[in-house]
Amino acid sequence: MNAVAASAPLLEVDDLGKSFTLRRTAWDGLRGRAAPVLRAVNGVSFAVERGRTLGIVGESGCGKSTLARCLVRLLEPDNGSVRFEGVDVLRLEGAERRAFNRRVQMVFQDPYGSLNPRLSVGDCLSEALVVHDLARGPAVARRVEELLDLVHLPRDAADRYPHEFSGGQRQRIGIARALAVEPSLIIADEPVSALDVSVQAQIVNLFLELQERLGLALVFITHDLRLVRHVSHDLAVMYLGRVLETGPTERIFSAPRHPYTQALLAAAPQMTPRRRSRDEAVRGELPSPVAPPPGCAFHPRCPIAQPICRERVPALEPRGGDWPVACHLAGSGAS
Amino acid sequence: MSARLTEPVLRVDNLGVRFDTPRGAVNAVSGVSLTVGAGEVLGLVGESGSGKSVTLRALMRLLRRNATASGRVIWRGEDLLAAPERRLREVRGREIAMIFQEPMTALNPVLTIAQQIDESLVAHRNLDERARRARAVELLDLVGIPSASVRLDNYPHEFSGGMRQRAMIAIALAAEPSLLLADEPTTALDVTIQDQILKLLLGLVADLGMAMILVTHDLGVVAETCDRVCVMYAGRVVESGPVSAVFASPRHAYTHALLRSMPSGEAARQPLTPIQGQPPRLDRPIVGCAFAPRCAFVMDACRAATPPLMLVGEGREAACLAADRLAALETVA
Repeated sequence: MNAVAASAPLLEVDDLGKSFTLRRTAWDGLRGRAAPVLRAVNGVSFAVERGRTLGIVGESGCGKSTLARCLVRLLEPDNGSVRFEGVDVLRLEGAERRAFNRRVQMVFQDPYGSLNPRLSVGDCLSEALVVHDLARGPAVARRVEELLDLVHLPRDAADRYPHEFSGGQRQRIGIARALAVEPSLIIADEPVSALDVSVQAQIVNLFLELQERLGLALVFITHDLRLVRHVSHDLAVMYLGRVLETGPTERIFSAPRHPYTQALLAAAPQMTPRRRSRDEAVRGELPSPVAPPPGCAFHPRCPIAQPICRERVPALEPRGGDWPVACHLAGSGAS
Repeated sequence: MSARLTEPVLRVDNLGVRFDTPRGAVNAVSGVSLTVGAGEVLGLVGESGSGKSVTLRALMRLLRRNATASGRVIWRGEDLLAAPERRLREVRGREIAMIFQEPMTALNPVLTIAQQIDESLVAHRNLDERARRARAVELLDLVGIPSASVRLDNYPHEFSGGMRQRAMIAIALAAEPSLLLADEPTTALDVTIQDQILKLLLGLVADLGMAMILVTHDLGVVAETCDRVCVMYAGRVVESGPVSAVFASPRHAYTHALLRSMPSGEAARQPLTPIQGQPPRLDRPIVGCAFAPRCAFVMDACRAATPPLMLVGEGREAACLAADRLAALETVA
């Protein structure tokens, strides 16, 4: 590998956009209005380095799950580029696209919904191996055992069916299925949200361990701030389809720069019982992603909004700090 | 936070709930005793299947037909488990109100918010139509719904998730209940909206002098909103006490393990300390402490008999034979 390729990020996303045209209501039709368009992901850029974890946080409607699906081309983005090891993923076809699919795998929130209930765990794992021609004959069974060991499931799990397992164990199966094809990058969309707290820690540890052993890069999408702080090196905070702030996780948690990041961190319940405050961390509702506010989408809820915030969408720029933030007032002393 | 010394408004003694299923009996709740006083927020925390929601529903006998409740639920000197259905209908909604996790399933989709508040006002308050409308506007105002007089005539589907939860709280408050039972009221909400709803509930408890029992699986929510907490595991209360004391120095091995399993904000990317294994199934008899198979402090005696709740400090109880060892552990650390 030459020096240039080694320094290039594993995954590079530039100005990615994805819209959905919603169904016209009868009312829209009568008034001659066009069908509403939901801009789920809007001008999103970031990079993921080899072996590192990027956490993506945001509330519902922020576009984090749509973004995940665009990265693996479960959805086709409308514009922008996704480069994996320098290659434009959105142009891949046929064998090249299949090769990419093998390198980038997804783990879903609901292991119940993402595993075929009619396949035994062994069949589910060997299917992936055979489709991608990664093992043949007796090597398949050996590899299945290896995978089960890797995610700390007993080897006799191969003969059982998904319904025989608990939620945590099913997520282990989902992870084993992703690992079967030896990916370099795993996109995990709320992988522990459906699990009980005591079981979440088991799966978090598994991700940390696998990353260490296999040198995996991870995109970890979650609404859980405690969790994202624990697992990710870098962080991207999303709000209504856009990234508002991105940088080193620990530094953002210590000194968030965007007023939305500040509000989000203040709203998250702390584990230390403290003097109760009746002050809300942030006022107002999440706006509808179909009709986002003009300018900075956060301005109607922002405690320091100025006229410019209503008029112009702030670009994601360093603005005098060490990491980029999409706030007109960042670096001006106002926040 | 000081321990409240108010007289309990509700006292639960040795509550048990059994479900008879085609596959046998399930003891969802066993031997639960608790109290809550006016102006106090009691947290009922546990993982799925711990019996926290069933406990809450059993207080007002809102259980499925195949359920049998035992024990006593003393409300204003009267045992609600033994009360006639007619008396119970007076208690429900008027004296004790309940809010749920998913407001969309609790609200009636074909009635406006105004009609639903009105139902409650007609049933429980002696007001004429105009006064009821005025009261409904007041209630929406109270729960922080902007332009209340307009939003009153909206249907539930026209509200966002957070606004629906506010509307449900307004309906619950219509009869001015003395006790609010809240079953995971913010679990379906976003973090910033959860924060708003919790602050709203805290404000209402303080201003109206209500008592509240808050069921949640989120220890952070307990830390931020509750005065006292009952930690449940496999249908039993395993530890109870003031939140600050329980979080600072748990006396049950399960509480200890649960708190330790969560990311603390320090030691990022270091392995967490999970609780191994799974909670037990309740359709089989449990001998000894239900947590014993997953417990790092387990002794032979734990497997022999269910440890009783014992006094482990001021206003604190724990059903753990390792309580002393846990206490020593915390003072060393």
